[in-house]
Amino acid sequence: MTLYEILFQPFADYSFMRRALCACIILAISGAPLGVFLNLRRMALVGDAMSHAILPGVSLAFMIWGLSVWHMTGAALSIGIVVAFFAFYLTRVTQLKEDASFTLVYLLSLASGVIMISRSGSGVDLLHILFGNILAINNDALFLAAGTAAATVLILSQTFRGLVIECFDPDFLQASSRRASWIGSVFFVLVVVNLVASFQILGTLMALGLMLLPAITTRFWTQSLDASFLLGILIAVTSGFAGLLISYHHEIPAGPAVVVVTGILCLISVLFGRHGSVRTYLTR
Amino acid sequence: MGSVMSDAVALENITVGYGRQVAIHDVHAHFETGSLTAVAGPNGSGKSTLLKAIAGILKPSKGHIHIDPALKNHIAYLPQTSFIRRDFPMPVLQAVCCGFWKTVGEGRTIDHEMEIRARAALAEVGLENLEDRQIGSLSGGQFQRVLFARTIVEDAKIILLDEPFTAVDAETTARLINVILDWHKQGRTVICVMHDLMLIRKYFPESVVLAGRCIGRGHTHDMFRQKLLSFDLDMAELYTDGKDIPAPRSRPCDHDGHDHA
Repeated sequence: MTLYEILFQPFADYSFMRRALCACIILAISGAPLGVFLNLRRMALVGDAMSHAILPGVSLAFMIWGLSVWHMTGAALSIGIVVAFFAFYLTRVTQLKEDASFTLVYLLSLASGVIMISRSGSGVDLLHILFGNILAINNDALFLAAGTAAATVLILSQTFRGLVIECFDPDFLQASSRRASWIGSVFFVLVVVNLVASFQILGTLMALGLMLLPAITTRFWTQSLDASFLLGILIAVTSGFAGLLISYHHEIPAGPAVVVVTGILCLISVLFGRHGSVRTYLTR
Repeated sequence: MGSVMSDAVALENITVGYGRQVAIHDVHAHFETGSLTAVAGPNGSGKSTLLKAIAGILKPSKGHIHIDPALKNHIAYLPQTSFIRRDFPMPVLQAVCCGFWKTVGEGRTIDHEMEIRARAALAEVGLENLEDRQIGSLSGGQFQRVLFARTIVEDAKIILLDEPFTAVDAETTARLINVILDWHKQGRTVICVMHDLMLIRKYFPESVVLAGRCIGRGHTHDMFRQKLLSFDLDMAELYTDGKDIPAPRSRPCDHDGHDHA
């Protein structure tokens, strides 16, 4: 088998592979920068909880309209945002801390979503929603992801400086600008929208994979924010490319393969990265 | 009314808290334009809360905060360093340039003139060679100086400093005190939360003493004379000591004017 046959022929021969790669690139462009901010705001767990919180909306839409991209997207978005703000409300008015309130909400969302899908669909439908189907994405899902990525990049570019200051010194931003509270909310809505767009491709359980894992990985290699964005996108695209090839050649599920490659790159970075890795710990 | 007009900040019986938990109750005080005031009190007495309320971060549940309309958009706030993410990937110069946020917002870029001002501010606090260093690699004192440089470029008329000398060595403290005294000479209103009684007595002409509410305010030497501030007892002994918050021991805070001994 030549190198060309291993690396490029699957994409040359099959349009579903090209579409899958295209989806990974789109998710990387918008998801990785969001993941960098999510990680810097120490909201990785909240992001994970949110990826599950969209499930009741998806399930509800599935019960009523079946596997319709636009209906599932609308329902996931609206219910996801309601669930998120409910969790924040619980954190604010009760003794629950953020991690506990989000854990409560996400477990409840996940369990109720699975029950709803199980009662009105098959096991295949459940697997499709939980783990996505990157090799069978339709035009609607691809357009949704592309539109979301374009809007995300645009909004991030317009709120970038405020987001940076909010991560670094939130009190300073609040004292300096009455718009400060909006910046955090806009960012949070962007995260939910991107999770909704990517669940069609990677499923609700894996949607965070290409968003957060590349962002975590970058922290071990660079201390520059700009470089983190570029490196995060590069890692996500590389993981998509490698994961799809491994999936093709070894006949394993493509979505999980992509996430596993990202996770392995992250683990390698944890062990051997330039900043704060196991290697730097042992050699200092 | 006349005194309100000359005040940069006037607090009218404000109650401020976090959710249902009240941090300061019924505080009445004013800060004249160009004054240099230390806000003192034991831990948990509401000093930082007071500053956050003036900065507009917290809204009073009762009372009003009047800020001179001419100064309203010229407030700089330097939070405690413990509330700031020091591991954030950001070079020193960029951290200082955050001080231009009010001017540039999202739309404008930091221009050459602003960059020169930021470098000058870093030189003023003695960090001229560290522009490209990551903030995470700085010592506590160096980081505090970066925050002062950021405040310098804000060029504000009212400056709020929350415990700026915590974990800072004597040399850095002396340098930063000079920056504060310069602000005072320039006619800016400076309100500074402080723990160090020595510094308060030496450099701050005015003081406000808090313990959940306003215990006293006026000339700093009067606060010491009336034992509202004292080197003999630490603040915890003075105001908490397992007891309720004491009644005001000098003139009530809601009365105006100074106690000229």
